[in-house]
Amino acid sequence: MIEIDNVTLRYGDRTVLSDISLSLGEARIAIIGANGSGKSSFARLLNGLVLPSEGTVRVDGMSTKSDGKDVRRKVGFVFQNPDNQIVFPVVEEDLAFGMKNLGFSKEDIARKTTEILARYDMSDLREHPAHLLSGGQKQLLAISGVLVMEPAYVVLDEPTTLLDLRNKRRVTRAIDALEQTVILASHDLELLQEFDRVIVFDEGRIVADDTPDKAIPFYVERMS
Amino acid sequence: MLDLYAPGTSILHRMSPGPKMLALMVGATALFLNQSLVVTLAALIVVLGLYRLAQLTMKQAWQQLRPLLWIFVLFFALQWWFSGVTLAAYVVLRLAALILLASLVTLTTRSSDMIDTMTWALGVLRPLGVNPAKIGLAISLALRFIPVLAQITQDVREAQKARGLERSVIAVAMPVAIRTLKMADDISDAIDSRGYRP
Amino acid sequence: MDTKSIVYIALFAALTAALGLMPPVSFAGLALPPITAQSLGVMLAGAVAGARRGGLALLLFVVLVAVGLPLLAGGRGGFGVLAGTSGGFILAWPLCAALIGYLVSKAPGAGFAMTAVSIALGGIVLMYAIGIPWMAFVGKLGLAKSLTIMVAYVPGDLVKVVLATIIVRGLRRAYPNL
Repeated sequence: MIEIDNVTLRYGDRTVLSDISLSLGEARIAIIGANGSGKSSFARLLNGLVLPSEGTVRVDGMSTKSDGKDVRRKVGFVFQNPDNQIVFPVVEEDLAFGMKNLGFSKEDIARKTTEILARYDMSDLREHPAHLLSGGQKQLLAISGVLVMEPAYVVLDEPTTLLDLRNKRRVTRAIDALEQTVILASHDLELLQEFDRVIVFDEGRIVADDTPDKAIPFYVERMS
Repeated sequence: MLDLYAPGTSILHRMSPGPKMLALMVGATALFLNQSLVVTLAALIVVLGLYRLAQLTMKQAWQQLRPLLWIFVLFFALQWWFSGVTLAAYVVLRLAALILLASLVTLTTRSSDMIDTMTWALGVLRPLGVNPAKIGLAISLALRFIPVLAQITQDVREAQKARGLERSVIAVAMPVAIRTLKMADDISDAIDSRGYRP
Repeated sequence: MDTKSIVYIALFAALTAALGLMPPVSFAGLALPPITAQSLGVMLAGAVAGARRGGLALLLFVVLVAVGLPLLAGGRGGFGVLAGTSGGFILAWPLCAALIGYLVSKAPGAGFAMTAVSIALGGIVLMYAIGIPWMAFVGKLGLAKSLTIMVAYVPGDLVKVVLATIIVRGLRRAYPNL
């Protein structure tokens, strides 16, 4: 359970989110909204990349302010552009990075690397340079790098925006199959039809919070 | 020219990176100090022999040189013009041998192993407040960023080409610089969210 | 040192390497340093990332070159290049970036001319002050001859100073709290 209590976020004198209160408990939650609506900032609040100017964000009872380290372990974050998330030049080195930070043993790192690559049909890419992967493979590597850290929640910020149709399908399937709680910020309404809950942001406020069959038409109406 | 590691099991692959890097430094320095065409030619043949030893093909060796072909031609032409054909051959062969030697280390050493070795070697500076783990991270990041920056430059150039601006250095450099800084912010967020603690 | 500093250091080292992929203009073979876009990386590292980050970025670059990665323009690399006639210019880069960063940070509201002068002091004056004596010594050329040769490089370096100044000022507008 992620609880957001009276959160306001300001950058300088610009208010990005104003007085948001929510509790997120469903298995599949989507955040939608136009560019600049505050949804990316909201996503970053959830694992403590951004700290609220006012109010608190708690993940399973731990505050992002005081327990940042533990929160980040619990909440994995996938960025829009995998090139900005892949840190090491070679696939297996990049997968190892997060696990090394958590102090996993060498054997565990090797075993989990093998598992995750097999899961996404990338076993033969273990020693492959990351920059030569396709867009979809890069995003799957970025997701894998987060999953090997065994988070309970996965927050994804527009993970399919930069992908072509085929790669988008591949990444979508991977997201669908996650056993973790998924919180997905996206423009891609198609992706969200099966979700449990859709939250619509506009100008830093929540304007709808409902099931997809009600929230999505509301959003489409509002944007037109 | 960076992510060149060619997986293999040869003696050069299994050798630890420290001695290889040391040998590269000594070899490169010797090549530079040597003035004789014959010795340079011999060195080139020895280096190509090492490629065989590392179970690499002559095609792979050629691939290391191909991107630089026009520079070789230019150097050769200039040196021939200024100083005669012998010196021209010497300069170009020396350059070829040097690049092949450096690439051989890159081809047979995983960058993570190379970085671990450098990080270990820099551990001697620990009393001066140097943190080898941070240096290791900075090195990996730099190696990771080079192809990404090259790609960004390519993308921006193409976008500006559509507007007829590809020859304007500013029209290319400015968006590249802005995207680079944006990337820096995201990457440092990504590193933090993957549990890194400075 | 925080994560962001480490990222900036790596990024400007990589930028300097990526600028080396632009074809260099070289003459007289390996005896003389080729005209490359790489010193633009030095100027940007100092002026954008600051004295400490910029200086360390170029130090990282030089270390990577020294261990044999072919990151210098034209795919050059290795200890041999640093020991050669143009090695002084490359070894000077970390200091040049640091000086530029220091001068630029001393005058935060500086106009175009002042910024350009700061960049030129580090990117031309200091670089030549280290590189030319090195070249004279290693290449057995003599100081006077080395100086004469380097005159050929001044116009190119001035162009790079102007470019760096325009880019830095543009970035300041895009990222006011750089």
